[in-house]
Amino acid sequence: MTNQIIQGILLGGYYALIACGLSFMFSVMRIINLAHGSLAVSAAYLIFVLSERAQLPLWACFLIAMAVMAAAGWLIQRLILVRAARGGHLLPILSTFGLSMVIENALFEQFGADTRSLANAIGDLSWDSWEPISGLYVGKLPVLIFVTAVVMLAGLQLMLSYTRIGRAIRATAEDPDTAGLVGIDARRVNAAAAAIALVTVTVAGMVLGMRATFEPYSGAPQLLFAFEASVIGGAGSLWGTLAGGIILGLAQTFGAAIHPLGFLIAGHAVFLIILFARLMVPDLASMPARLIGRGSVA
Amino acid sequence: MSTVVSPDMVHRWTRSSRHAAAASVIVLLGLAALPAVLGAGAIDRLTALFIYVIMAAMWNALAGYGGLVSVGQQVFFGLGAYFTVRLAETGFDPFLAMGIASLLVAAVSFPLSLVMLRLKGGEFAIGMWVVSALTHLLVNLDGLIQGETGRSLISLNAYAADARRDIIYWLALLAMAGLLGGLFALLRSRTGASIQAIRDNEEAASSLGIDVTRTKRLLFVLAAFGIGVAGALWLASATTFQPKTYFSVQWTAYMIFMVLVGGIGRFEGAILGAVIFFVIETWFGALGVWYLIGLGAVALLFSLFMPLGLWGAIETRFGISLMPVGYRLELPSPSRKE
Amino acid sequence: MTALSIETLTARHGLLEAVRGLTFSVAKGETLALVGANGAGKTTLLRTLAGAHPVHGGSIAVNGEDVTRLASHQRVRRGIALVPEGRKMFATMTVAENLKLGAMAGRKGEWSIERIIGIFPNLEKRLHHKTGHLSGGEQQATAIGRALMSNPEILLLDEVSLGLSPLIIDRVYASLDGLMTSGTTIILVEQDLSRAMAVADRVICMLEGKAVLEGRVDELTREQVTEAYFGLNRTRTEKVPA
Repeated sequence: MTNQIIQGILLGGYYALIACGLSFMFSVMRIINLAHGSLAVSAAYLIFVLSERAQLPLWACFLIAMAVMAAAGWLIQRLILVRAARGGHLLPILSTFGLSMVIENALFEQFGADTRSLANAIGDLSWDSWEPISGLYVGKLPVLIFVTAVVMLAGLQLMLSYTRIGRAIRATAEDPDTAGLVGIDARRVNAAAAAIALVTVTVAGMVLGMRATFEPYSGAPQLLFAFEASVIGGAGSLWGTLAGGIILGLAQTFGAAIHPLGFLIAGHAVFLIILFARLMVPDLASMPARLIGRGSVA
Repeated sequence: MSTVVSPDMVHRWTRSSRHAAAASVIVLLGLAALPAVLGAGAIDRLTALFIYVIMAAMWNALAGYGGLVSVGQQVFFGLGAYFTVRLAETGFDPFLAMGIASLLVAAVSFPLSLVMLRLKGGEFAIGMWVVSALTHLLVNLDGLIQGETGRSLISLNAYAADARRDIIYWLALLAMAGLLGGLFALLRSRTGASIQAIRDNEEAASSLGIDVTRTKRLLFVLAAFGIGVAGALWLASATTFQPKTYFSVQWTAYMIFMVLVGGIGRFEGAILGAVIFFVIETWFGALGVWYLIGLGAVALLFSLFMPLGLWGAIETRFGISLMPVGYRLELPSPSRKE
Repeated sequence: MTALSIETLTARHGLLEAVRGLTFSVAKGETLALVGANGAGKTTLLRTLAGAHPVHGGSIAVNGEDVTRLASHQRVRRGIALVPEGRKMFATMTVAENLKLGAMAGRKGEWSIERIIGIFPNLEKRLHHKTGHLSGGEQQATAIGRALMSNPEILLLDEVSLGLSPLIIDRVYASLDGLMTSGTTIILVEQDLSRAMAVADRVICMLEGKAVLEGRVDELTREQVTEAYFGLNRTRTEKVPA
């Protein structure tokens, strides 16, 4: 049982990792990028190709992939998201969905249906674990992932709070019109934010490849997990994303113990329950007042 | 100089729309007669076309009129098929099962709407996707379905192959005509005016006293029902039910494509989009993955460069409206110059 | 030396023309007051000058350079800064952060947070407070400071007295006094006629998007301006040489 709790929490680290890019892009640009999952999978494939075929060390693969994905983020923002955002708040959903279709199927075209993994690049790290107390196993890779998530969230938070670009991003997110009036180029800032989001996506993709397998259509489940973790934690809060990820991870881990399909079922079910509760609770909170109101003068 | 407008100056039909209405009736009658002349393959393909039209019209009703983009409508498609299989197992005639299944889907969508309609924009879109994913998994758990093994609608075998095909064809045609007709009637009614007001400007509509949530709920349930019918019909046509086929997000991809290309928020647009999709699928479907990449790319390009779709462009350019759901003012010509 | 000039400038709200074919110029170091009733087009004019509102027709030139097609952040770089109506603070950010944002355009100059505090000393203890929690007067001071941080040549002030008590307005204008004598070109929109005429060198009165009166403050009487304000001088426009 304790093992499961630990596993669940550590799994949450991964979810926070993949969720933070989605959440970041949403708070800055008010766009939910439905291509988020497939972009993470693309990053995983890119690193895979660099590692297996070009035989580069993993850190080099990561740096190259990060540069490529950041550039891709910049382009996606400038070419697609800017236009889509002008068409109203529904259009970006359709555009990014179309983009995800193109990405997924292009990956399939290129790589086929085989599942891949980055396990080769990390060797024993895949299953090494510590045993601090007899019977208690803590996987090294999951811990590494969790730590990476915390570092990344902290890094993002620090960037937003203390750097020039961070201030510009926050100002543009709050009021792009006034941001222009003080001299901020909103388009450049949003493109930078997209690039930053895709750097986090690159990390998420690499981690996905390390801890599990991936195939061209893995993007959709990853998007759903990222979304669920963001929403559970409260959209717009970076640390909330970590909390959301942990709750999701725990739900899934306990669900897995009950039934093979329980992993996914529990995750989705817990998400919907929390969503339901959060939407309904305002009603619950005001119910006493409304009940009292009913007894007032007609 | 001002003109006093009197009620007899307000018209609903235009000349072209009257022609179109007459033409539609003729087309429907013609389509109904086709099984007498066409072969099995063609009948099957046309059945698919009717199902596509239904799906496009329903997704358009929800997104174009209700402003609700859902990436999870496949849940109703899957449930329509699933309930049909289940009901058929308990002894219902398969065609009757289809009808009851569709009603069940509508019934299920009502409580779902109470929660989901509180979500906005992207949250609603992906939230529905999660609902679909969860439903898919729960259906997997059903002992009858056994994961992805699936189940066939065996009781269809009671009907001879040809008769079965024709009945399904006519049912699809009937469903399409009925749903489209119903939607048209709805849009022309007072509720329809509310719907269009919401489509154009939700806040303004609300300030006019329109109950936005109730109207959206109506669209949600209607769309669920329609897509449930589509799922049941698809099952009848394909005979086997495999959860991952029916609950696949691919269906939403098709619906998005049809509505983006045809024209969002425009009645004629959905029909046009379905026809275009049908033609593209017939010609390019065999290309496999490239076909799918093409679909995604075209949808993306349309969303960026022609967001109102082909019909939207036609309507803007030529001012044609074949399915008049609005009002027109015909002013008398001035009797003297100013 | 002309700092800013506009030529038959037209700006619209939808189909409604808010600024109609307006032409005037402002000399370097001059303080120009724009007065007029609500809806006269003053705020639209300022926003159009700052690049926050699209130009429908005509042109705008800063120091001889045509800026009509430039976006607002590019105009800040050319030296135009707007203190918007309603202040438009970034409410979740602190005073210091708002001020630092003002410097993002990268123009060289004398303005710094220390100097801003010099003219608005009450901001010093509020530097690390979120602007959403500030009083109206403090927000106004921050808004002006934020615009100044971009080292503007031309400062546009839109109704800085809106929603403030007379005492605070006095203080704000007192702080602006130094600016006005230091060589910054200022265009201010002000509802209060007497205050406007007390600080400005020239005044333009607008009505329904057009200038109905224009002239040096020391050559115009209150009565003339009031008449123009209410559109009572419509049949004859006073044009006194600058």
